[in-house]
Amino acid sequence: MSIASPLALLGRSVIAMQASVGRVAIFTADAVSHLFRPPFYPREFLQALLQIGWLSLPVVGLTALFTGGALALQIYAGGSRFQAESVVPSIVAIGMVRELGPVLGGLMVAARVASSIAAEIGTMKVTEQIDALTTLSTNPMKYLTLPRLLAATLSVPILVAVGDSIGVFGGYVVGVTRLGFNSATYLENTVSYLETWDVISGLVKGAAFGFIVALMGCYHGMNSDRGAQGVGRATKAAVVSASVLILAANFILTEAFFSA
Amino acid sequence: MIVLQDVHKSFGSKKVLQGINLEVPKGQSLVVIGGSGTGKSVLLKCVLGLVKQDQGTITVGGDILEPKTREAFLEKFGMLFQGGALFDSLPVWQNVAFRLLRGSLKRPKDEAKAIAIEKLRRVGLTAETADLFPAELSGGMQKRVSLARAICADPEVIFFDEPTTGLDPIMSGVINELIREIVTEMGATAITITHDMTSVRAIADQVAMLHDGKIRWIGPVGDIDTSGDAHLDQFIHGRADGPIEAVR
Ligand SMILES: Nc1ncnc2c1ncn2[C@@H]1O[C@H](COP(=O)(O)OP(=O)(O)O)[C@@H](O)[C@H]1O
Ligand SMILES: [Mg+2]
Repeated sequence: MSIASPLALLGRSVIAMQASVGRVAIFTADAVSHLFRPPFYPREFLQALLQIGWLSLPVVGLTALFTGGALALQIYAGGSRFQAESVVPSIVAIGMVRELGPVLGGLMVAARVASSIAAEIGTMKVTEQIDALTTLSTNPMKYLTLPRLLAATLSVPILVAVGDSIGVFGGYVVGVTRLGFNSATYLENTVSYLETWDVISGLVKGAAFGFIVALMGCYHGMNSDRGAQGVGRATKAAVVSASVLILAANFILTEAFFSA
Repeated sequence: MIVLQDVHKSFGSKKVLQGINLEVPKGQSLVVIGGSGTGKSVLLKCVLGLVKQDQGTITVGGDILEPKTREAFLEKFGMLFQGGALFDSLPVWQNVAFRLLRGSLKRPKDEAKAIAIEKLRRVGLTAETADLFPAELSGGMQKRVSLARAICADPEVIFFDEPTTGLDPIMSGVINELIREIVTEMGATAITITHDMTSVRAIADQVAMLHDGKIRWIGPVGDIDTSGDAHLDQFIHGRADGPIEAVR
């Protein structure tokens, strides 16, 4: 019994996970299928772009700025141990663009956006607003989920691009003011070692993370239990699952790009 | 004509509907009464497909309700939800004119707004309410906005889930009259849920009483006082003692 019960627990959670993977897959297929079936709701899409993309800029920008600065200091500390301080500009750029820009940007968007989507849709669910949409001949997946999925998938790469630039700028400021780099050399080193593929792979990650954030927000919101507690649980589940999925997807994508 | 045959619905181990048989002819006003928690709202949601029944069939105009036929049915449908269910991200007039601003009934914005204001007036709300947001209204006002939204596109079938709960007696009277008017003037088929016996007498052609997951009694509104059914009598007169347990 004492050996079997942890196994049973493991078995149960594996089955539960498979079931929820199945449900999320069906949810995703349903949402995406509306991409090809009118009517469309451009107004909802624009509103989602504003909420998800534009209003996340300050958070993503600040995160990138501080990360870029800290990254420059760390790489300098590491590089100086074998007289390789000169790699700071290029490693900051590559690290930011390929990894930290998309991952930290994605996590910040998960905190800001997955939570608010889940809370909004969850509240609509428990106050019967989702049911009301259906009775008004408006498909909730089409009206609520698809615009958010699209907006996040398109706007997070742009957020990541802006964050990358701000992060590189943060590294530059620290490099020039604290680490004694010449401004022109720093910039030249930043640009000359950075490849197009570095940037593109980071943006592809951004799109995937944006999709994950909106998907988790909508999925948990739409499946919210009744009452305020239900909405609270849905919000928490959305942020946690979006964050974990972002990190898992990051590993898988990095691995894929690495072998490509 | 809406027909339910042997409809069952449970949530987990909790049996809510246990074999509902019901017919609502076109143009008739049916009022469903019954204690709170007996499954009246669930009954309406089964017809709308918002809740899937475990067993039994529901037909409208002879067609079994499945996604395609339901879509057509909902095109000419309006519903007042028990809690109002207004969209709190939209101002009142856009809530009321929701159907007129998108989809197949779409029309110019100012025309839709004019219709919305006219419907608001019918439920006793002034034009100033139109630009407020639902959160700025009292519960009773929200309910009336929801009623205005339900009737905005002149539906052929309307469900009202406790339309007068939370309203003062005068406003209840106005709403009862309005519902009666909609049914007689527009020839709409209506199912109304209520606990309010004044509403029952004002609105109903037929009355059905839901108890223990089944239709306990059904008949013309004129017969409710002489039904001889102990359950119905207890409900009508609001007595604590009788066959219906006060603790549920
Ligand atoms: N989505 C749901 N999940 C679980 N239980 C539900 C759900 N909807 C309704 N119920 C339960 O079904 C019963 C009937 O609910 P309802 O139809 O709302 O009652 P009423 O007759 O007051 O309208 C209640 O006990 C309620 O808790
Ligand atoms: Mg109810």
